[in-house]
Amino acid sequence: MTGVAVETRGLKRNFGDFEAVAGVDISIPTGEIYGFLGPNGAGKSTLVKTLCTLLRPSSGSATVAGFDVATQSTQVRLHIGVALQDAALDPKLTGREILTLQGRYYGLHRHEIVSRMDDVLALVDIGEAIDNRTGTYSGGMRRRLDLAAALIHNPDVLFLDEPTTGLDPVSRIRVWEEVRRLNDELGMTIFLTTQYLEEADQLADRVGIINAGKLVAEGTPEALKRQIGSDVVIARVVGDVELARDAVSGIEGVEGVTIRGDELTISVADGAGTISPVAVALNGCGVRVIDLTLRTPTLDDVFLEHTGAHIQPDATSEGDES
Amino acid sequence: MTATTAPGDALEVPRSTVRARPGGFFRDLASVATRALKLIPRDIEGVIPALVVPLFFFVVNVGSLSKAFEFSNPGQSFKAFQIPVAIIFAVTGVSRASTLVTDIQDGYFDRLLMTPMNRMALLLGLMVADFALVIALSIPVVALGLLLGVHVTTGPLGVVLFLLLAGMWGVVFTGFPYAIALKTGSPAAVNSSFILFFPFAFLTTSFLPADQLQGWLATVAMYNPVTYLLAALRSLIMVGWDATALWQGLAAVLAVGAVSQTLAFRALRGRVRKG
Repeated sequence: MTGVAVETRGLKRNFGDFEAVAGVDISIPTGEIYGFLGPNGAGKSTLVKTLCTLLRPSSGSATVAGFDVATQSTQVRLHIGVALQDAALDPKLTGREILTLQGRYYGLHRHEIVSRMDDVLALVDIGEAIDNRTGTYSGGMRRRLDLAAALIHNPDVLFLDEPTTGLDPVSRIRVWEEVRRLNDELGMTIFLTTQYLEEADQLADRVGIINAGKLVAEGTPEALKRQIGSDVVIARVVGDVELARDAVSGIEGVEGVTIRGDELTISVADGAGTISPVAVALNGCGVRVIDLTLRTPTLDDVFLEHTGAHIQPDATSEGDES
Repeated sequence: MTATTAPGDALEVPRSTVRARPGGFFRDLASVATRALKLIPRDIEGVIPALVVPLFFFVVNVGSLSKAFEFSNPGQSFKAFQIPVAIIFAVTGVSRASTLVTDIQDGYFDRLLMTPMNRMALLLGLMVADFALVIALSIPVVALGLLLGVHVTTGPLGVVLFLLLAGMWGVVFTGFPYAIALKTGSPAAVNSSFILFFPFAFLTTSFLPADQLQGWLATVAMYNPVTYLLAALRSLIMVGWDATALWQGLAAVLAVGAVSQTLAFRALRGRVRKG
């Protein structure tokens, strides 16, 4: 495999007049965990489906494992493993039957399937449930089996589309551990989409932030957060927020102010030293401060800086595993 | 990364040398068929009606119409006349189309499309499983007929050909529900494809020989391919080796197959190219 695992150039994907992916350029070196972060409907899944050959690019180009997704799709398929957002498992088959079939789909011989099943089950913990029908599995187990199925043919690049959406916190952390282990121990390149800030922050070597089909920021989580400033002061006010912004913008150490609703996000170089002047300025400009918080920047602040909105994970998919 | 890993949890797993490769058409075909066949006994409630309905109609028709038929067709057995009808009832519309549409809806079909599998094998593999199932469904119907005293004039070879023709018809007909499943991805649409069964199965020589049909029904039956299939199947049981009837029956099956399979594989191509 080449030194670049995934590369896109001006990649677009339209559905009718709607531009779901609007000219994305990314380059992911081999062995990296790349987190693709964005809210629901941002274009994450469409991009993954395009890179996995399920959708054809409307324009632009993309290569995965050195092969063009539009013209060398079979070669791409041989080199990728994919676990899409909804774990597609036949509920009437056992975990072992699903993994065996998946191995056959990739042309593996019987002894290779047995060998690979041992390998992936050492990495992805299914336990004795492997011989139960998947209809009896919990959400977390389904995700893990889906991950095992994506690995059975030993792919070079693993695509995980929102691998923990809908999982409870404990299951989420187990999936994180397994993803990290795949990268650490096997050097597998992992392209991960998520709507969870913490997931991107914890797992990804680099993060791309997508909004409305466009890549709005890219870098390591630390570098992205550093762009915002060393610290962030969040002020919720009642009154004229524009006036409040003008009042705090001139304070020494304030690097930027973003307004969203009644909330000001104030990027500062030195939070401890700046929060008092900010409080005084707000108090003196005629607004009523109902909440004032000092914290370090998050990827949500990065998203806010670039889009003017917060990332809102899909509430219906939060921790719904039983 | 700050997610915790329990001590001793980290396994030193060397990168496997196993690599994916295209399995080839026949291996892909076998993989799809194997899964479909494996699921049949686990979804047995979907198969039982296909077995019960033809046996029920056979018993009821024979019980109620035998005397009338044998009065107007002296020397002919209504049981022998009805066995091919029961077979048509057993094999027409039996398919894995509902499984396919479930696969489409829950994403399993996408999983298959992301593998290097041969695209035609995705559909043909299901049809191989259908063929095995319709043969399996036909055997008890034929066995019942034999138990009730039906004599197959062409002997065991005729029975084999009888089952093969029935199986071919069953597979040919699956093209319609598969086309609907692939085109719509809708379980309701697939279920409604059963409506196609009625004109094929009833506007024909189901209950009377062709020369006793009258009016519009006689005209429709003349153009219904099942008329020729029934004639071929009946010839094997009641007449003997009748090359004309057999060729006409085979031609009728192939003609319907040309239409249904074209629709099905076009729909497959459309879904695969949806991207």
